[in-house]
Amino acid sequence: MARLLALIRKEFLALLRDKASRMVLVGPPLIQLLVFSYAATFDLNNIPFVVINEDPGAAGREMVARFAGSPSFRQVATLPSTEGVAALIDRRAALLAVHVDRDFSRNLARGRPASLQIVIDGRNSNTAAIALSYVSDIVLRFNAEWAAGHGGASAPAVLDVRAWYNPNLLSRWFVVPGIVGLLTFVVTILVSGLSVVRERESGTFDQLLVTPYRPWEILLGKAAPGFLIGAVEAAVIAAVAVFWFGVPMVGSLVALAIGLALFLVSAIGIGLMISAIAATQQQGLLGAFLFLVPAIILSGFATPIANMPRAVQYVTYANPMRYFMVILRGTFLEGDGVGDLLGQYWPLALLGVASMTAATLLVRRRMV
Amino acid sequence: MNTRRLGGLILKESMQILRDPSALGIAFVLPLFLLLLFGYGVSLNAEHVPVGVVVEHPNPQTEPFVATLRRSRYFDVRPLRSLGEARTAMARREIGSFVWLRGDFARQTLGDGPASIGVVVNGVDANTARLVQGYLTQSWQIWLAQLQQQQQAGTAAFPVAMQPRIWFNPALRSRDYLVPGLIAVIMTLIGALLTALVVAREWERGTMEALMASPVTMAEILVGKLLPYFVLGMGGMALSVVLAQTVFAVPLRGSLLVLIGVSALYLLVALGMGLLISSVARNQFVAGQIAVVVTFLPAFILSGFIFDLRSMPLVIQIITHILPARYFVSSLQTVFLAGNVWPVILPDAAVLAAMAAFFFGVTLWRSHKRLD
Repeated sequence: MARLLALIRKEFLALLRDKASRMVLVGPPLIQLLVFSYAATFDLNNIPFVVINEDPGAAGREMVARFAGSPSFRQVATLPSTEGVAALIDRRAALLAVHVDRDFSRNLARGRPASLQIVIDGRNSNTAAIALSYVSDIVLRFNAEWAAGHGGASAPAVLDVRAWYNPNLLSRWFVVPGIVGLLTFVVTILVSGLSVVRERESGTFDQLLVTPYRPWEILLGKAAPGFLIGAVEAAVIAAVAVFWFGVPMVGSLVALAIGLALFLVSAIGIGLMISAIAATQQQGLLGAFLFLVPAIILSGFATPIANMPRAVQYVTYANPMRYFMVILRGTFLEGDGVGDLLGQYWPLALLGVASMTAATLLVRRRMV
Repeated sequence: MNTRRLGGLILKESMQILRDPSALGIAFVLPLFLLLLFGYGVSLNAEHVPVGVVVEHPNPQTEPFVATLRRSRYFDVRPLRSLGEARTAMARREIGSFVWLRGDFARQTLGDGPASIGVVVNGVDANTARLVQGYLTQSWQIWLAQLQQQQQAGTAAFPVAMQPRIWFNPALRSRDYLVPGLIAVIMTLIGALLTALVVAREWERGTMEALMASPVTMAEILVGKLLPYFVLGMGGMALSVVLAQTVFAVPLRGSLLVLIGVSALYLLVALGMGLLISSVARNQFVAGQIAVVVTFLPAFILSGFIFDLRSMPLVIQIITHILPARYFVSSLQTVFLAGNVWPVILPDAAVLAAMAAFFFGVTLWRSHKRLD
């Protein structure tokens, strides 16, 4: 036991000895946490739009006023006709154009359907879809109020929409818990991915091998720094998420901690596998990168797994981050306890055992 | 510059790339993988969303509404018996939303109404939740319009009909905007990350000093390093364009020449950044980290590739202005989807050119033949 502790101590010293390496463990995750948390949002709050109002009546003005008054929209120009619209949208000065035609008020007054034309820049399709849903909300509200105020038939049934777990549909509540997993994953893979190969490159790994340590002990020593650093980093980022970004934490902390521990073990196992295969530090780094990029994209961090084709969805089952994302969002937002997350725990545990075993075998193979 | 010496350096550099499987992985495998992933795998368009439907008293009034949901290609309707069952299904993540028609639905719609259709969405993924909400609203409108036609009611339930026209991407396929933006990510990988690592390795191993001791000039060393990676980067772009056009059917409405020109400018900026990073860090681990933080991640997150820049807080928006990826992605999306819109492309190209000049100037100024 004392022997093992000495080894773990040595691993920590090797990692933290160098000032640049120490900085790299603290600086980038911190910058990423702040920048991502603020930047990674799908919410729109500043949609620039142009108005073309050809309607002389009051209804057209009322319609335009509803857009101008909405906090999500920002009027950038008013045009007399549709002529200049294309230029404004082409150069991205406006995302959408609201066109009220000449007969708008007249049609409304006669009970005929009045049309409101919306032209929207579809270059970013997600932005366009979200902006259209905002426009649709405004038009629906206008309709309901017009019908109520002018004795029209009201709709026989209306939608009463509630969003559970995130009532105001804030992107940030979705993204920030995900970042806890993302940054922990990156740091853990990097630290463990370079651990073995660094010693092999400098030749000290052979020295380690001639000591009485058994392979699993050496690996345990290599795994310890990744585990501790990953755990501390995750805890700090989770605290920032709650206390700085105001993301609620309604579930069980114990459930999160269990998930984190299992996740770290499987991530370290993968990192050690990369480290055992790589011949140089550069290969270790690039290997870690080659694994990380697809793993992050296929984790459900930014785009839902449910939208992926069936075959790709099967691939995600081998990705530890996939399960941790569910655990994070479950404990932060949905109020999950240990019992709710068993379905995420066991695949993580399985992946951990598999990757650790594979790493041990790979290191042993490298020895002979 | 001596062409024979330069040729030798380029040959050496190319052999180094071809020999190392990890460099080949970053240069060829990862770009291909990313393209396939973003072309086929990743999508922001939700279809066949599992939606639970709880109908307390099924009757001729509720049936048409449920049928409308069933016909929508966006939904995969799961009938549920009770509200409790819906709650359980939500907690188990089997459904992301449910619709609840109360027992008095028929009486309310036929009588003095309006009946309230309960809709609950799981808001955790706010973006998907908002899209699903939009699809449900669409179905509701279709149902109302049909109802009206049957009853031949005099007044319209929708006094104002919205007529949206979506330019550049009428079907709102997320692939059409993700694949062009991906070219920026791929060129950043090759231009900045790979170059930074490779040059840092030369410093770390001391082979840079060996190069300096030889008669080659600093300019020759730099050009010898850059040319192979420039070719790799343009190759990555060519691959992306071919795949985008053939496999993913992304339109290219602008001219290919403009696309190549802007891409070459961006690649120069990326290479310049890679060189500068490696000459500052001179250590692979640190150079790799810096390259990821200042080049790769911004190309992903702060470029408009996935997240719209206009929604970001002002401070972040200002930061994006000093990052080259932003200008490239803006031009890419425009050239692919909108065409040669000069008021977008010319300013972007000018900024990229200025940035390229800046990075090369600083790198040249920093890298005299000097061993410190």
